[in-house]
Amino acid sequence: MISIPLPDLLAAIGPVTGRLGHPVQDQLLAARDMQALSLSVHIPLVCFGIAFPSMVLFSELLWLRTGNRVYRQLAKRWSKVMITLFAVGVVTGTILSFEFGLLWPNFMATFGDVFGLGFALEGFSFFVEAIFIAIYVYGWERMSPRLHALTGIPIAVAGVVGSLMVIAVNAWMNHPSGFDVVAGQVVHARPLAALFNSFVWHELLHMYLAGYLVAAFIVAGVYAAAWLRGRRTHYHRAGLVIALTFAALVAPVQVLVGDWAGREVAKNQPTKLAAIEGLQDTTKGAALHLGGIFSDGKVKYGIAIPHGLSLIAFHSFDAKVQGLDAVPARDRPPVNVVRLCFQTMVGIGTLLALLGLFYLGLWLRRGRLPRSVWFYRAVVAAGPLAVVALICGWITTEVGRQPWIVYHVMRTTQAVTSSGGLNAAYGGLVVVYVALAGAVVWLLRRLAKQPLEVVH
Amino acid sequence: MAATICLALIVLGVTAYAVLGGADFGAGLWDLTAGGARRGSRVRALIERSMSPVWEANHVWLIFVLVIFWTAFPVAFGSVASTLRVPLALAAIGIIFRGGAFALRGEAATINEARTLGALFALSSVIVPFCLGAAIGGVASGRVPVGNAAGDAWSSWLNPSSITVGVLAVLSGAYLSAVFMAADAVRAELPDMRAAMRTRALAAGAAAGVAALGGLLVLRADARPLFDGLTSWPGVVAIAVSALAGAAGLALVWLRRYHAARWVAALALAAVTSGWLVAQRPYLLPGQLKVAAAAAPDATLWLLIGAAAVGMAVLIPSLFLLYRLTLRGTLDKPFSPFDERYPKEAR
Repeated sequence: MISIPLPDLLAAIGPVTGRLGHPVQDQLLAARDMQALSLSVHIPLVCFGIAFPSMVLFSELLWLRTGNRVYRQLAKRWSKVMITLFAVGVVTGTILSFEFGLLWPNFMATFGDVFGLGFALEGFSFFVEAIFIAIYVYGWERMSPRLHALTGIPIAVAGVVGSLMVIAVNAWMNHPSGFDVVAGQVVHARPLAALFNSFVWHELLHMYLAGYLVAAFIVAGVYAAAWLRGRRTHYHRAGLVIALTFAALVAPVQVLVGDWAGREVAKNQPTKLAAIEGLQDTTKGAALHLGGIFSDGKVKYGIAIPHGLSLIAFHSFDAKVQGLDAVPARDRPPVNVVRLCFQTMVGIGTLLALLGLFYLGLWLRRGRLPRSVWFYRAVVAAGPLAVVALICGWITTEVGRQPWIVYHVMRTTQAVTSSGGLNAAYGGLVVVYVALAGAVVWLLRRLAKQPLEVVH
Repeated sequence: MAATICLALIVLGVTAYAVLGGADFGAGLWDLTAGGARRGSRVRALIERSMSPVWEANHVWLIFVLVIFWTAFPVAFGSVASTLRVPLALAAIGIIFRGGAFALRGEAATINEARTLGALFALSSVIVPFCLGAAIGGVASGRVPVGNAAGDAWSSWLNPSSITVGVLAVLSGAYLSAVFMAADAVRAELPDMRAAMRTRALAAGAAAGVAALGGLLVLRADARPLFDGLTSWPGVVAIAVSALAGAAGLALVWLRRYHAARWVAALALAAVTSGWLVAQRPYLLPGQLKVAAAAAPDATLWLLIGAAAVGMAVLIPSLFLLYRLTLRGTLDKPFSPFDERYPKEAR
């Protein structure tokens, strides 16, 4: 019989084994890919849940104030898109809650009583959202305009509350608290302490602004494309200006919030930061590398900015930055995936901020829209790019957390199901999502082609 | 105490989902059996009109059940989800197709598009309640052991008890849906649809009743502890209430009292779901895990109950508003039969 000393065993599996015991699973990657795919489909829809209601309401309020029918046409058209995307978000969100149990039963069994409260609250706000979105979208004709606008407010509030709760759970996974580990068992669950951990606020704000960037740039892109094709009616102009103004106001702020989020990671998850930057050795006054790939313990082919990393992560020229070497190899995330995604996100975020500043500057100084076709082409590209940045940001934080599902407490290998057949299930899921994505694009094009309703 | 309240919340959620969500799935069955493009066009239009404003809110009851389940009984949730992976995965995929196809069909431009999407919507509307019912049957007949995917992937849901509950879920949804739509047809002043839905309600109600009685015999052979629980005090009360309410519901449909029939039918289903959990007391997973052992610590349970109380305080007036506006016609879509919507192709 081979006996493994207990401390070594614990180091290999993490402090917590989980209430369902050690899983047997040789297709862990398929489980992670399925979860990643499902999240990547759902998160862009969440952006519309966060940001679209206030854009629609803003347009409706403009109509109430000015009496200009174009704003009503716009709000009504957008509200149809909103409920369609909400319907798709309802089903993709349901898939996620099924997957929590189907793919990560040991995670749910072990920590459900710690973080589950967040999802219970999210469930209620989701309910309110579903109810009022139906009232709002189907109630255009038979309610007084003021009352109708009022029914839109709960949609916007519920969208924010719901995303706060889900992000609180994710923040908890990255910065766990609200429970004790005694002899490998999770005990003394304190759900409130778990939910309102110090990691929530920057994650929430970062995601909240990302929601506005994605939704507003995609909507603006639709009207910018119409603009390029010569459709420049008052309706198209209003759609473009409202959406673009939302996006342009948010984009520069996101850069500042991103900096805050980065410093929180530097403080609380030094290994994730080391992976983001490809820093092998703990270094004082560490350099920042742009581009390049990480291999053999250093970044090759990148542009080095001396002291840049210390400066950006700790706002100090000579701050010590912890490298990957501080933890054993089995506790490190895959560096290149995390690094590439992070750099992509930052690069796109910077471009979007510049685009927004250009638009705002021109508007403030000259009081007009840009005339160059290249500006409108950039706006068309900005929507898809914002989605790419969004997904890259989530990959950075989620893959950067690996190999832990609950940071430094439970390994992803401990959380997974013991079920077989995950590769086959992954294949099936890909087919389903491709079909769904195709159908949604088809539907949105169909909605866009409908003639505008005549308002008297 | 706290665990019992949480269990009651789950009963509430399962019942609400079985009644409201079940009716939406039942509408899919009627869509599937409505006949050819021309003959079925009015039934399909009524389905679309009745479901559009409410189906998303109805669906959220499923999420409600899941979140209460995994917060209050995490080990049971992990065990159930991992053993019943096949029916739950099928249900999840069915939910995607049902919701997606229904949302899309309203925008179809040709009758062929509408038919393809409609078929997808209708087929998944049958698969989802069957799979969810079969999963419940697997739990109730004691086929889910505690552990990570510890039960059999197939026999845990393809067994006599599971198939019984699955079929019952499909039929009760069909019945409820026909009753709801008969009431809607009265409101929309469509006498032909009212009559068509009344016939369907009577047929599906009778079939559901027969399936329920036959199901008891199946349970007697396949899940004896559950059967014994259902046929002794206090489970037998639930069975009696369910049988009486079921019969009364059918009588009310016969008498064309559709509004009252809705509530009585909901009561019949509530009696079944609460009877199920009463019958398997004190177990949550029969023969495997008792409620008391499965429950999260009291601190979590009471917070969950508090959150549910606050949530309900917001939810109940909101739902009330939604259904009142729906019943008053404020949210009505126009009734638009498919052969009039696509006049050229239907001929």
